Amino acid sequence: MDDSLALFIEIVPTLLAAVPVTLVLTFLSAVIGNTLALPVAVGSLSPHIYLRYPSLFYIFVMRGTPLLAQTYLIYYGLGELFPGTWVQQSFLWPYLRDGFWYAIFAFSLNTAGYTGEILRGAILAVPKGEIEAARAYGFSRFLIFWRVTLPRAIQICLPTMTGETILLLKATSLASLITVWEVMGTARQIQKVTFRVYEPLIAAGILYILMVFILTRLMMVVEQSINRHRLASV
Amino acid sequence: MDTTLKVEDLHKKFGAVEVLKGVSLEARTGDVIAMIGSSGSGKSTLLRCINLLETPNSGRVYVNGELIRMKPLQDGTAKPEDIKQVERIRSKLAMVFQSFNLWTHRTILENVIEAPIHVLGLPRKEAIERAEILLAKVGIAEKRNFYPNHLSGGQQQRAAIARALAMEPSVLLFDEPTSALDPELIGEVLQVMRKLAEEGRTMLVVTHEIGFARDVASEIVFLHKGHIEEKGPPREVIGSPKSERLRQFLSATRH
Repeated sequence: MDDSLALFIEIVPTLLAAVPVTLVLTFLSAVIGNTLALPVAVGSLSPHIYLRYPSLFYIFVMRGTPLLAQTYLIYYGLGELFPGTWVQQSFLWPYLRDGFWYAIFAFSLNTAGYTGEILRGAILAVPKGEIEAARAYGFSRFLIFWRVTLPRAIQICLPTMTGETILLLKATSLASLITVWEVMGTARQIQKVTFRVYEPLIAAGILYILMVFILTRLMMVVEQSINRHRLASV
Repeated sequence: MDTTLKVEDLHKKFGAVEVLKGVSLEARTGDVIAMIGSSGSGKSTLLRCINLLETPNSGRVYVNGELIRMKPLQDGTAKPEDIKQVERIRSKLAMVFQSFNLWTHRTILENVIEAPIHVLGLPRKEAIERAEILLAKVGIAEKRNFYPNHLSGGQQQRAAIARALAMEPSVLLFDEPTSALDPELIGEVLQVMRKLAEEGRTMLVVTHEIGFARDVASEIVFLHKGHIEEKGPPREVIGSPKSERLRQFLSATRH
């Protein structure tokens, strides 16, 4: 027991040092993925089949295949394309050699599919009357979307998106399988070095719980400020 | 007096059902036209065809003498020739809806300044000044920073009226403005509308409030099955209805 405690104390700083990697993976993938989700959602609602079908197909594939498979495909598939081409000489190469950016790429594309579908539902749930009021006051289609539909839709789906972001935070542990030393990867490395199975996993688990807890709190503040209109009193 | 709004021979079909069968209407500046009729008579559709929330199949709408240009389509419907023209004309025809349709993610003040800023291009400061005067006028100045869901139906509808007035519209379109309200809240909305009529604003009001129509309107239009069955000054239309249908309608609604 003393032994375990000593190991814990020894490995926690190493794991803590990996926390920023997990957080940056989560943050960048969430920002890029949620931004890409917007054209996916809008495309999936378009009356033009050339926009609608590809968007729906994208959502279908991203939601229908394992994130791990997507990550491997992007890392090994794309990774194989570049060596020996002009890319190797370009300024991009330092990035394209690094699993980190492939992980960001994979998680962003996946998030865009999931959030795209959520946003699609939320856009459909915006009350018709509010959109009609905007039309009646001379808003252009773009203005209606930008000032009424989108802010209302985000309000509607924000709680679901919080849940998605938490799932994303935990999913970033998959990056450890493509040589990214975030919290989970670091824990596995410690396992190999120390020949101890449980302590690194438990320590990593505790760190994930803490990160999720803080993230939940943060999102609660955001939700409250965005959903002021629902509160019972002012 | 100038003709602010002119509607000529308006037809509207929903699928095979013809809801408007050639309706014509004219509002001069300062007119208050009340449109009455049983549900399904086409009165709301007529109002919604004027600002093109519904696209009429045929007919002409003039606002301040300007014709809304329409293009007939193969299938018997039509569409606007120039959506920019429609948007410009809509900004002169402010509508008040039965279910208020305030933007619930914005405060009352934000609701009132939204279209003046983004559609009319009014500077924010000016829009706020205008909004505050209007909110005071409809009696909810102290609710300016509340969200619509925190207000009673009557207050929400008065906010919606302030939103309409902020556009300084040529015509105010009211689509059953009191039908979604609790009985005790109807009075406060009607009172605001009465004040607007007295100011000489041009108003088109679809309503079930016969008493309001009788007291405030300069003209009453009775629609029945997509036709204007009878129209004229309230005294005549309500006082001595000519058609049997209007007599029936009035006796059914008055009590």
